[in-house]
Amino acid sequence: MAYLDHAATTPMLDEALEAYVATAREVGNASSLHASGRRARRRVEESRERVAAALGARPSEVIFTGGGTESDNLAVKGIFWARRAAAAGRRRVISSAVEHHAVLDAVEWLDRHEGAEVGLLPVDGSGRLHPDVLRTELAEHGDRAALVTAMWANNEVGTVQRIAELAAVAAEYGVPFHTDAIQAVGQVPVDFAASGVAALTVTGHKLGGPVGVGALLLGRDVAAVPLLHGGGQERDVRSGTLDAAGIVAFAVAVEAAVKGQQEYAAGLAALRDDLVRRVRQAVPEVVFNGDPTDRLPGNAHFSFPGCEGDALLLLLDAQGIACSTGSACSAGVAQPSHVLLAMGADDDRARSSLRFSLGHTSTTEDIDALIAALPGAVERARRAAAPRTPR
Amino acid sequence: MRVLAAMSGGVDSAVAAARAVQAGHDVTGVHLALARNPQTYRTGARGCCTLEDSRDARRAADVLGIPFYVWDMADRFHADVVDDFVAEYAAGRTPNPCLRCNEKIKFAAVLDRAVALGFDAVVTGHHARLGSDGLLRRSVDAAKDQSYVLGVLTREQLDRSMFPLGDSTKAQVRQEAAERGLAVADKPDSHDICFIADGDTRGFLAQRLGEAPGDVVDATTGAVVGQHAGAYAYTVGQRRGLHLDRPAPDGRPRYVLSITPKTNTVTVGPAEALEVTTVRATRPVWTGGPRPDGPIECEVQLRAHGVVVPAAVTVDADTLHADLRRPVRGVAAGQAIVAYRPDPAGDIVLGSATITD
Repeated sequence: MAYLDHAATTPMLDEALEAYVATAREVGNASSLHASGRRARRRVEESRERVAAALGARPSEVIFTGGGTESDNLAVKGIFWARRAAAAGRRRVISSAVEHHAVLDAVEWLDRHEGAEVGLLPVDGSGRLHPDVLRTELAEHGDRAALVTAMWANNEVGTVQRIAELAAVAAEYGVPFHTDAIQAVGQVPVDFAASGVAALTVTGHKLGGPVGVGALLLGRDVAAVPLLHGGGQERDVRSGTLDAAGIVAFAVAVEAAVKGQQEYAAGLAALRDDLVRRVRQAVPEVVFNGDPTDRLPGNAHFSFPGCEGDALLLLLDAQGIACSTGSACSAGVAQPSHVLLAMGADDDRARSSLRFSLGHTSTTEDIDALIAALPGAVERARRAAAPRTPR
Repeated sequence: MRVLAAMSGGVDSAVAAARAVQAGHDVTGVHLALARNPQTYRTGARGCCTLEDSRDARRAADVLGIPFYVWDMADRFHADVVDDFVAEYAAGRTPNPCLRCNEKIKFAAVLDRAVALGFDAVVTGHHARLGSDGLLRRSVDAAKDQSYVLGVLTREQLDRSMFPLGDSTKAQVRQEAAERGLAVADKPDSHDICFIADGDTRGFLAQRLGEAPGDVVDATTGAVVGQHAGAYAYTVGQRRGLHLDRPAPDGRPRYVLSITPKTNTVTVGPAEALEVTTVRATRPVWTGGPRPDGPIECEVQLRAHGVVVPAAVTVDADTLHADLRRPVRGVAAGQAIVAYRPDPAGDIVLGSATITD
C-alpha cells in the first residue's frame, strides 16, 4: 500500500493521538464552573495559546471550529454579513477562480441568497493570482468590497500564493482579507500577524491532527457574524461545546508541524522532486501542473495526455496506490477540475490529471511502487480512452 | 477472473456482485451515472439512476468489501438510448430502451472500457442464465426473466458477461440479500422507464417532438374518424385514448393498426386486423448455435413479457423472418423478436432481431 494522498488527509502524529486519547478519557465541559470544567477549560486555553504562538496570532484571535469547511464558511459569510451590516453598499465578495469549494460554494451561496456580487479573479497558467489583478479589481470596486478571500496554497496543483502581497493590496483599500491556509500550515512558513491577513483558516487533519477540528484565526478588530448560534463559547462568534480532546490534539499537531516545518519541507521536497523526476522518466509525455518552484513541497500534479484521471486512479488503486484526481465529485462523477480549467487547461487535460501528495509517513518505497505500476496503468488507461468504432 | 460488477443500487445487482465475490473473482463495483441531471430521473426507491441509488450501490460495495467507482455514461446514454427512444417513436416504431441500454451501454461502452482496463467480464443482476455452455437461457423465475432484453447481445458480448442470478427466484435473491446484510434487500423493484421521471411517456415525447396534429383513419373504410396531436404517441395494438369522433359501423372497439410518420397518419381497425402471422426483422444476432441454413422450428417472443408462440424462423446475415404458427396481435415495429428453443434446463435464446413489419 502506497499512500500518496496526504493532501486529502494525513495520518495523525503519535503525540497528537496520545494527547487526544488522554484528554478524551477526562470528563469535563470547558464551560462548566466546577473542577472538571476548569480542567477542560485549562486544556482548551493552553491549546489556544499553543496554536496562537505557532501561527503568529494572539490567543484571543484563535476561534476553534469543526474544521476547515466551517472556518471558511464562517470567514466568508460572517465577514460578509458584518461588513454589509456596517455599510449596506459593501456587498462585493472578491475571490479567485481556483479556491477550494468550501470557499467557492460559500461565495456562490452569498451571490444566490444574500444579494452579494462576486468578483472571481483569474489566475495565470501556474494557478497564481497576481497582486496587480487584485489591485485592478479593488481600484474599480474597492468601495463596494466586503472582503477578499484567496487561498494560501492550492490544494490541487500546490501553487503557493504571495499572500502577504495580496493582503497588503487589500489593506490599501481597507478591505479585510481571508486566506484558506489549510494546505499551507506545516508545509510552508505561515505567520498570521506577519502576513497581514484579517482571517486565516487552518484544520487539523491535513497536518497530523484529528479530523473535525480546526480554527479560524480572526483578527481582534475584524467583525464576523456567527453561523452557529448558542452558548457563544468562542468569542460569541462560534457556539458549541468545545471538543477539548480534539482541540488538544490539534494544538499538539499544529505546534509539531510548525516547529519542524523547515526541515520537514526540505525532506518532503527532495522526495517529491524524486517522484517528479521518475514519473517524467516513466511517462515522458506527462505535463507537470502548477508553479514549478513556488509550490507545496508535498505536492506533485500531472496531466497524462490521452488518459482519463479516473481510469488511472482505478488502475493504481487496484495495485495498492492511493492518489487523487483532485477534482470535485458530483454524485461521485468526476467533473473536470475548475482549478485546471481556470489555469487555461482544456477539458481533456483537466480530466487527465492526477495529484500525488506526500506527507510525514512517505518513503522512497512509496515512489518505487508508484513507478512500478504507473507505465502499465497509463498504457491501459490510454487504451480505455481511445475512441472505438461504433457498433 | 477480474470482473466488473455493474451496480445499479438495486437488490439484484448487489447480490450478483456478492455471488461473484463468493465465486472467488476479483470484483470491482461500478455504478453508471446515466442522468445528465440526476434530479430529473426517477427518485427514491423506484429508479436506478438517482443519487440515492448511487449511494445504495456504494454501500452494498462497502459491505462486500470491493472497490467502487461511479462511471459517467450520461452522454452516451443520452445519445444511444434517450435520443434513440425519441427518434424511434418519431419514426412510428415502439422502442425498448432497456434493450437498447444493454446493447449500447452496459454490454458495449461499459464492457469495452472494462476490457481495456484489464477486466475479463461484466457481471450484472439480470435474471437470465448463462452457463459454461455459453448459452443464454431464461431465468428459473419466469415472472422476472430478462432473457428477452438480453437477446440482442452478440456472441462476443455474451462471452464477456456473467449473470449469477439466473438460477434463483427474485424471492431467493431478496432473502440472500437480507442474509448478507445488504440494506437493499427489501428495496422495491425498479420499473417503467428510468429517464421518464413521472412515467408519462406521451408527455415526454410531446415535449421533445412537439404537437403534430394529424388524422386518425379507419383501415376498412379509409374515412377520417378522428384527430391526433402527434402520431408518435401511439403504439400498435393500443385501444385507449384514441378519442374517435365516430364509432365503427359495427360498433366494435378499434385499435391502432399502424403509424405512418410520412403522412402523420394513425390507422385504426378491428382487433382481428391486428393479427399477424409473419414477422420481418432486421439486424439479427444468432447466439444459440451456428446460424441455421434453412427455416427452423422454435418459439418466438415479440415483446417484453409478451406471449410465446411457435414459429418457423429463417435468418440470414441481415434479416430474420418468422412464420408464426398462430396469429399474434399487437406486433410493433421497433420491438425485438427473440427466438427460443424450449429446453428442460431453461429455454435457450437462439437469436433476436429488430421487428420492421
